[in-house]
Amino acid sequence: MPPAPPAVPLTAYLIVSAILFSLGAIGFVIRKNVITMFMCIELMLNAINLSFVAFSYKHGTVDGHLFTFFVMVVAAAEAAVGLAIILTVYKNRNTLMADDIDSLKL
Amino acid sequence: MDTLLFALFAGIAILSAVVMIMQRHPVSSALALVGVMGSLAILYLLLGATFIAAAQLIVYAGAIMVLFLFVIMLLNAGAEPKPLRQSFLARALGFPLGIALIAILGFLIQRTVPPDSVVVRFADAKAGSPQDIGRALFTQYLLPFEVTSVLVLIAILGAVVLARKET
Amino acid sequence: MNFYLVTMIKLGLVAFVFLTALAYLQWIERKVIAHVQLRVGPNRVGPHGLLQPLTDTIKLLTKEDLLPGHVNKFFYFIAPILSVSCALVGISVIPFGPKINVFGVETYMQLTDLNIGVLVLLAASGLGVYGVALAGWASNNKYSLLGGLRASAQMISYELPLSLAIAIPLLVYNSLSMREIVEAQNRFQFGFIPAWGIFQFPYAPFLFIAFIIFLIGAFAETNRIPFDLPEAENELVAGFHTEYASMKFAAFFMAEYANMVNICCLATHLFLGGWVPLFPAPYSDFVPVALFVASGAMMIFHGLNPRIKMDGYTLPAFGVVFIGLGLAHMAPVLKDILVPLFWFLAKAGFLLFLYIWVRATLPRFRYDQLMDFAWIQMFPASLACLFAVGFIVAWWGL
Repeated sequence: MPPAPPAVPLTAYLIVSAILFSLGAIGFVIRKNVITMFMCIELMLNAINLSFVAFSYKHGTVDGHLFTFFVMVVAAAEAAVGLAIILTVYKNRNTLMADDIDSLKL
Repeated sequence: MDTLLFALFAGIAILSAVVMIMQRHPVSSALALVGVMGSLAILYLLLGATFIAAAQLIVYAGAIMVLFLFVIMLLNAGAEPKPLRQSFLARALGFPLGIALIAILGFLIQRTVPPDSVVVRFADAKAGSPQDIGRALFTQYLLPFEVTSVLVLIAILGAVVLARKET
Repeated sequence: MNFYLVTMIKLGLVAFVFLTALAYLQWIERKVIAHVQLRVGPNRVGPHGLLQPLTDTIKLLTKEDLLPGHVNKFFYFIAPILSVSCALVGISVIPFGPKINVFGVETYMQLTDLNIGVLVLLAASGLGVYGVALAGWASNNKYSLLGGLRASAQMISYELPLSLAIAIPLLVYNSLSMREIVEAQNRFQFGFIPAWGIFQFPYAPFLFIAFIIFLIGAFAETNRIPFDLPEAENELVAGFHTEYASMKFAAFFMAEYANMVNICCLATHLFLGGWVPLFPAPYSDFVPVALFVASGAMMIFHGLNPRIKMDGYTLPAFGVVFIGLGLAHMAPVLKDILVPLFWFLAKAGFLLFLYIWVRATLPRFRYDQLMDFAWIQMFPASLACLFAVGFIVAWWGL
């Protein structure tokens, strides 16, 4: 086993971010519950935020942090509206499975 | 120390993400996502982004995910039922393709950002304190800031309209 | 090495004192409520029931740990752990006093001074919701579920006015570090009025309103009466912790008290000037001495007086201890440590007393009243306050 490197390369952060993003994308495809799918989108947003912060570290500025900040605000807005939509859908169709929500008209 | 903390929390993040997409029950998924967010907050701290780390915990973990959990509990959403018939092709191809997606992204990163070009040390972080963020937010990024505030207002209105009782 | 050693010592000290204080806070609460309701309160175990927390702890530790058959095991176990660990994290960013010099080692009376100290406390209290919500859900019991739902809705709603009320003093002090916040209040206006948040010219009226909003929000955030709907006994049995017994129940209990202590310390730092005394320097040093010596003398007098039938051993003994404590506030080295600590603990202690006082006095809110109060009254009030302070800061300059 090679000796531990003195510090973590920036690439490692980006790769973690890529793995998390891919997992989010995979989860979005394989899960059927609307809420879980929604959470997978949040996971992808989080993964992107990690990239933003990592690049921001590289450039020594706060621009990436601000993008992360805006992503958080948008995610909060999205969660509020999205969950309200999910609640309405559940009230009308009594299911949360994306496969069962397939008719245009009740 | 940096390496140890990074390895630990990156590991927790990836593990929680895997748990999140493998669990059938939405509550388990939500809690795993909170785990991802918490460990990402530590990674932000390692990158010197103290304010973003705190905002991550307060906004994402403390508010958005609580809202998710609230809705899951309110609707009393149970576990996803096992599919009646499962396509053999999906099983056989899905897993390798998922790995391929990660591999392609990792390969692209390796190609575009040469490894060891930048090394992350906690003490070297140049920016990220609340003061830095505030200064940039209210000077250089003032317009986007105002626009997001309008966006949030619209989202509030949208949520109220959607949640209101039909008359 | 020195840094690690000092930090370890401070960590041990803070952990020991904090956990003991939590246990005794419960004794104080029972005693105070008893006296408000003209009862005696716990008085069997030890003098004046002083050993009651110890026996309670032993009872909770040795009680049978029931595991109901219908619960979701993983979440049932993890909920109290989440709850108590989020509550205990907060104390690490709270300073108790200024820089001190002990045996030549200069250190701050604080575990860590982060430049996001206030946000860490907010995050810890925000994450505390998970413990309560998950406990309610995992118990698989309709009362618990209702308690958990109520807790999460209530804590999200009250976090808004609470955060806005925190933002108002931050505008004035211009920092998120707890120590810098206190330093910004460490002066005397016109020579004798302390620059505590609620007295600071020209923000005083708005900061006072913010202080009231903060206190109300804090009551709701820690699920205390009059906002204890998540555990309302006469509606929901015991709410989210109905199914919990022994140490897991104790964990929720500890989390509640730890949250109370944290939020009272935060209020002290933000609005009441931390360890900044009420009087300028030479006079402020004599206040603790006078108070301790006077109360010690009173204890000795009451204990030894045969006409007042109090116990004749413990009260005089405590009186001697109190006089000793009072005199310690004059000793050369101890003075620098004890006097700021006294002022800080006096203010935080008063706020904790307020919590208990309110619990003994007020009835519980109805759920719709609770939500209306947060969204229709407190939220606009805190927003207006924030605007006003923002305008003054912009007008007056920093």
